[in-house]
Amino acid sequence: MKIPEIFEFIRVDERLPHILCPGCGIGSAMNAMVRAIIESGLKNDDVCVVSGIGCSSRIPGYIDADTFHTLHGRAIPSATGVKLAHPELEVIVIAGDGDLLAIGGNHFIHAARRNLDMTVILINNFNYGMTGGQASPTTPQGKYAKTAPYGWTERNFDACAIAQASGAVFVARSTTYHVTHLRTLIKQAIKKKGFALVEVISQCPTLYGRLNRMGDAVKMLEYFRDNTISISQIKDPKEAEGKIVIGVLHDVEAPEYYETYKEIIRRAQAQKHHV
Amino acid sequence: MKKVVTGNHAVSYGVKLARAQVIAAYPITPQTQVVELLSEFCASGKLNAKFIKVESEHSAMAACIAASASGARAFTATSAHGLALMHEMLHWAVGARTPVVMANINRAMGPGWSVWTDQNDSLAQRDVGWIQIYCESNQEVLDTTIQAFKIAERVLLPVMLILDAFVLSHTSEPVDIPDQEQVDEFLPPYNLKTKLDVNNPRAYGGLTNPDHYFELRYKIQKAHTEALAVIKEIDEEYKKHFGRQYGLVEPYRCDDAKVILVTSGTITSTARLVIDEMRDEGRKVGLLKYRVFRPTPREILRDILYRAQKVCVIDRNISFGHGGIFAQEIKSVLYGLPASPPVYSFIIGLGGRDVTPKDIREIIEYTYKEETPAEPVIYRGVRL
Repeated sequence: MKIPEIFEFIRVDERLPHILCPGCGIGSAMNAMVRAIIESGLKNDDVCVVSGIGCSSRIPGYIDADTFHTLHGRAIPSATGVKLAHPELEVIVIAGDGDLLAIGGNHFIHAARRNLDMTVILINNFNYGMTGGQASPTTPQGKYAKTAPYGWTERNFDACAIAQASGAVFVARSTTYHVTHLRTLIKQAIKKKGFALVEVISQCPTLYGRLNRMGDAVKMLEYFRDNTISISQIKDPKEAEGKIVIGVLHDVEAPEYYETYKEIIRRAQAQKHHV
Repeated sequence: MKKVVTGNHAVSYGVKLARAQVIAAYPITPQTQVVELLSEFCASGKLNAKFIKVESEHSAMAACIAASASGARAFTATSAHGLALMHEMLHWAVGARTPVVMANINRAMGPGWSVWTDQNDSLAQRDVGWIQIYCESNQEVLDTTIQAFKIAERVLLPVMLILDAFVLSHTSEPVDIPDQEQVDEFLPPYNLKTKLDVNNPRAYGGLTNPDHYFELRYKIQKAHTEALAVIKEIDEEYKKHFGRQYGLVEPYRCDDAKVILVTSGTITSTARLVIDEMRDEGRKVGLLKYRVFRPTPREILRDILYRAQKVCVIDRNISFGHGGIFAQEIKSVLYGLPASPPVYSFIIGLGGRDVTPKDIREIIEYTYKEETPAEPVIYRGVRL
């Protein structure tokens, strides 16, 4: 029997079964990522997958490639080190909203500003899942979380808007319902030279979904199906109100950090003879 | 009122009874249910405190220091990497003389990633100037939380109370939770004389030149020395109000003991059992629970340990390149006494591996039997 290609990137023997809850969306995001890697023509040794701490950050452990499970919030700086030391590697960060936007928020904006070539897959399930469903920077105001038993008082981040404002050259969003769409976006992000963000809206039926009475995983996926709008379909901004906007939200060209860095080295070395 | 609560919730109840006014915390890994319950108390109005959810543990401690400097009773909780991330701010709390109270759940440091207990996280902060108190039971956790605020505010030093991950933090025990009125009688409102005040402005955190810096450090050390008497006094006062006290250290059946075992945290409870068994067999063994680690209760440690022929120390921690940290401290305390007992140092149970009565018995037996320890540090249960 021919082993499906996807298993060439998954540590089937050593690491599965996984620890994710039944109905969790992170598996779908991982599936889309692995397929996007394969369809991009990358081999196991071409890729380094980096994460921080949290449910989403468990993913590198299941991937058969070079992977790096780092400190909480420090996925992006670690990925920066990997990319600068090994620019030939395709560096992919996969982590959650809590990790990338709270404790690692500063790294997120500065990596986007610097525009180092990496793909960041931000799995947004609106709460800190691994530790029991505490409110995170993406928990919408008024929603419930373990640390917001009477409703969350703070406003939430829009990760895509932050990335775009900080200088990311590619910003896209999809959901765990739109798996084919998600795969295409990750492929585009991998191909893009520079800092590329794909935000994945994902279900956490165990905590966020339960605390907000959103039903089981299927119900949550149906919610994503019925409450998303593709950016290409929006004619009047009013159509997007209250909806999750998906698709490529931002795609521009800007000098990539390592290229600029190499250019500086070249110029400095050329000058040395004149000093 | 008796309630069955986990170690984490014992801290939460203690903080509520102490009427903390500002609680700042990073809500997740490696946070515990300590602040989860506190957030519920705050949201429901059961505790009149501001709960600030911050972006990292470093920010949590910054918020607590500032709240404390402005005259509010401040609390946070963390463990392992959260505590490590706070390191810079831990110095700040001491230097600014802000009486912040923090609960640290003793968890092993990564990588390899672990959520299980050992003491390397808190002991790595040994020299920052915080008072450190290691707890053995959930009752002691609750009582120490209440005591901690009083101690901190008397000597103007921050206090860290420490409990073992899972063995205490997630284990339920019956705990006597005192009435609010009783605690109010014991613990008056926080009243900082030199607080941040818009009507009487002061500047904090200025550059300190070599003419003044040394004296500030000397005063911190002096406060630590004075804290020993203060902790003892507050502990005795606590007994008057609530009928319980714990001491700086607790000697158990040490009076005529030839071998004394030194432990901290929950290993103490297991060791107590072993000591009772061995005493029943007619063996002269005793136990010393090391509770207040900083400031070092030097005199009382000397008084108790000096009488023994041999001392063995169990460390659930390691100072790499040297050995067990509690053993190192005990050796330093006993140094210089004429004919001080030899110290046998054992490292065991790192990363939450179980420490069983059998382990403890064998450690005591070894100390009893061997003329000198085979190695300066003996590692028990390493599987290679």
